[in-house]
Amino acid sequence: MLEIKDLKVSVDQKKILKGLSLKINKGEVHALMGPNGSGKSTLSYVLSGKDNYNIDEGSISFKNENLLNMDVDERANKGLFLAFQYPMEIPGVQTSFFLRTAINAKRKFLNLPELDALEFAKSLKTISEDLSIDPEILKRDLNLNYSGGEKKKQEILQLSMLNPDLAILDETDSGLDIDALRVVADGVNKFRSSDNAFLIITHYQRLLDYVKPDFVHIIADGNIVNSGDYSLAIELEEKGYEKMANV
Amino acid sequence: MAATEKTISQVTKLGSSDYKYGFSSNIEDVKAPKGLNPDVVKYISAQKNEPKWLLDWRLKALETFFNLKKPEWAKLKIPEIDFQDYYYYSSPKSIKDKPKSLDEIDPEILKTYEKLGIPLQEQKVLSGIAVDVVLDSVSIATTYRKQLSELGIIFCSISEAIKDYPDLVKKYLGSVIPVADHSFAALNSAVFTDGSFVYIPENVRCPVELSTYFRINAKNTGQFERTLIIADKNSYVSYLEGCTAPMRDENQLHAANVELIALDNAEIKYSTVQNWYPGDKEGKGGIYNFVTKRGACRGDNSKISWTQVETGSAITWKYPSCILQGDNSKGEFYSVAITNNCQQADTGTKMIHIGKNTTSKIISKGICAGQADNTYRGQVKISSKAKKARNFTQCDSLLIGNTCGSHTVPYIESSNSDSQIEHEATTSKINEEQLFYCQQRGLSNEEAVGLIVNGFCKEVLQHLPMEFAVEAQKLVSISLEGSVG
Ligand SMILES: Nc1ncnc2c1ncn2[C@@H]1O[C@H](COP(=O)(O)OP(=O)(O)OP(=O)(O)O)[C@@H](O)[C@H]1O
Ligand SMILES: [Mg+2]
Repeated sequence: MLEIKDLKVSVDQKKILKGLSLKINKGEVHALMGPNGSGKSTLSYVLSGKDNYNIDEGSISFKNENLLNMDVDERANKGLFLAFQYPMEIPGVQTSFFLRTAINAKRKFLNLPELDALEFAKSLKTISEDLSIDPEILKRDLNLNYSGGEKKKQEILQLSMLNPDLAILDETDSGLDIDALRVVADGVNKFRSSDNAFLIITHYQRLLDYVKPDFVHIIADGNIVNSGDYSLAIELEEKGYEKMANV
Repeated sequence: MAATEKTISQVTKLGSSDYKYGFSSNIEDVKAPKGLNPDVVKYISAQKNEPKWLLDWRLKALETFFNLKKPEWAKLKIPEIDFQDYYYYSSPKSIKDKPKSLDEIDPEILKTYEKLGIPLQEQKVLSGIAVDVVLDSVSIATTYRKQLSELGIIFCSISEAIKDYPDLVKKYLGSVIPVADHSFAALNSAVFTDGSFVYIPENVRCPVELSTYFRINAKNTGQFERTLIIADKNSYVSYLEGCTAPMRDENQLHAANVELIALDNAEIKYSTVQNWYPGDKEGKGGIYNFVTKRGACRGDNSKISWTQVETGSAITWKYPSCILQGDNSKGEFYSVAITNNCQQADTGTKMIHIGKNTTSKIISKGICAGQADNTYRGQVKISSKAKKARNFTQCDSLLIGNTCGSHTVPYIESSNSDSQIEHEATTSKINEEQLFYCQQRGLSNEEAVGLIVNGFCKEVLQHLPMEFAVEAQKLVSISLEGSVG
C-alpha cells in the first residue's frame, strides 16, 4: 500500500524528517507515537502533498505509484485520506454539501456518475448515527463553531463516507471525551478491513486499546527509532519517550 | 508551486474561450445611423411611434447629456469613449412588426435564447417565471402576460407601456432618476430603446418571479434599456434581471436606467445576475456597464431590496440605491462583485435616509483575481428629519493573488444625532490551509476556490430567488475557474 524510503524533508532549510522509512501493507494498522515536534504531522502533510515541504531525499510509493508526482487532489482521489490534527473551518459551506461535493469529486475521478441525493442522505444518516453525530450539525457551516470533539468526529465521518484505502489519523483522539473516543474507535474498527490500512498518530495508549494496531512505531527527531507491536505502546506509557528512544 | 500561485495561474488562464455565452447570432437587423445627435433621437422615437411629449423629453435629455461632464468619482480607468462611434438603435428586422405570439418569432432568435437557456417557450413558462426578453434594443416577447393581467399586474416592454399606459409612464418616468442626475442618466433618457415596465396594483402579491433577459447581439451597439417598476400600496414583486453578450473585440456600451417606486407597505425585490462578456485575458473587448439603478421607498413601511451578482463586463460602474422617504421604510443592498484578469468594477450603493425610523442594510462581497481592480463605494446619508435612522454596512473583500486590488470607500454623512451607523470592513486573502483541506478531500484547485468563494458569498447569494441561486453559484465558480476540463 505505502512504502516510504529514507525520506528527508525540510522546511525553510530546517530539517524535519531525517531519513525515515516505513512500509504499510493492506489490512495493517500502524500506530505512530512520538514527542511533540518530532515530525508526525509533517509526515502526514508530506504524504498528502501539502506545499512548502521540500523533499530532499527519499521516495514514497502509494499503491505502486510514485506518490510524490501527484497533486493533492489526485492522491486523495486515489484513496489517501488525512484526518487533520486541526480541521479547517469553511464559512458559508454547509457540512453536508461539502461531503457531497467531496464524494462526487472522487466519483468523477473514478468515472462514476454523481451520487444520487437519496442514497447520499441515507448513508450520511447511517454513518452519523453510528458516530452519534447530531444531524443538525451537518446543516451548519463546515466545522464552524464546532467543538474540538465535534470537529474530530467530523473527520471520521468524512473518512467513512469517502472510503479511502489509506487513512492517516493525526491525533484524532486528542480532545475527545471518553465516550466520544469509544465512538470514534468503534467507527474506525467498523471501517477497518483487509483491503485498507491505517496510520494512526497518537500520544495515548488509550485509543490503541480500542483500535488494536498491528505495529507501533516511535518517532523521535525526524526518524523512527523503535518499532514493535502493541506491547511497545504499553511499555511507552510506563517508561516515557526518553528511555524508549534510546533503545 | 504554492497553492495560491497555482490558483493564480489557473485563474489567469481564464480566457475568452471560457465565456460560455460568447456566440453571436446571425440575425438581420435594422439600425439607426451611427452616432449621437438629435436626428438619431428623432429616429428612435419615430421607430417607436412615440408621443410628442416623450420625444421632447428625450431631446432635452440629449442636450443635457452634451452639457454634462462624465462622472469622475469612480476609481476606474475608462478609455475615452467616442459616443459618436456607436449605433444607438438596433432592432432585429423580423421584429419590426412585433409578433403576436411566440410562433411568429424568428427561429434564429429563439435559437439564441435556447442557447442562453431562457424559458421562452410557453411550456417552459410553466416553470413559473414570466420573462421579458430584450435583444439589443427591442423587447421581443413577454411571456405569462395573460395570467398576470388577470391580477391587474402589468408586465410589458416600456415601449408598449408608453402606448398603453401613458399616464403611469408620464407620472413615474424620470421621477427617481432625474435626467440631469449625471451624464449616463441623461444619455439613457435621450436614447433608451426598450426595457421592462411593471405595475403591481394595490394589495396584489405578484405570484411569480418577473424576469428580463438582456442580450447585446448586434455589433457596435449600445444598449440603453430603461426599466420602470411601480409597486402600489401593499403590494409585492420580485424581479430578476440577467444579462449576457457575445464576444467581440471592440467594447460594447451598456447604460441602463432602472427606476423602482414602492408606495405604502409595498415591497420590491430586485435581483441581477450580470454576466456580460468581460473581455479577454489581455483586457481586449468586453462590455462597458454604466448603470443607474435607483429605488424610491415613497410610502411608509415600504421596502426595496437590491441583490446583485456581478461577474461580467470589462468595466462595471453601478450603484443601486435607495431613497428612503417613507417613515419606517427599509433599503437593502446585497452584492457580490467578482473581477478577474483585467476587469474593473466600481460598485456599491447609496442609502439616503429621509423618513423617520428608516433602516438600511448593506452587505458587499468583493472577490478579486488576476490584475483586476474592485472597489466598493457606498454612501449612507441621514438627513435631519430621519429620526432614529439606522444603517448597518459590512464590506468584505477576498483577494486571490498579489496583482489585484481591492478598495473600500465609504461616505457617511449624518445630520442626525440619534441615528445609528455601523460599518465593518475586512480584506483577506484566500486561505491556503482551507484550499489544502478541500483538495485533500479530492476537490481540484479550482473546485476548492469555487467552493470557498461561494461560502464567502453565501450571505448575499441566499437572497436570490431559489431558481437563480444555484445558477449564480455556478457562475461564481466559473468566473474564477482556470482551464476547465
Ligand atoms: N512550516 C514550518 N515552518 C517551520 N517549522 C516547521 C514547519 N512545520 C513544522 N515545523 C517544525 O517541524 C517540527 C515538527 O513539527 P510537527 O508538526 O511535524 O510535529 P508533531 O510531531 O506533529 O508534533 P505534535 O505532537 O506537537 O503535534 C517542529 O519543530 C515544528 O516547529
Ligand atoms: Mg502534530
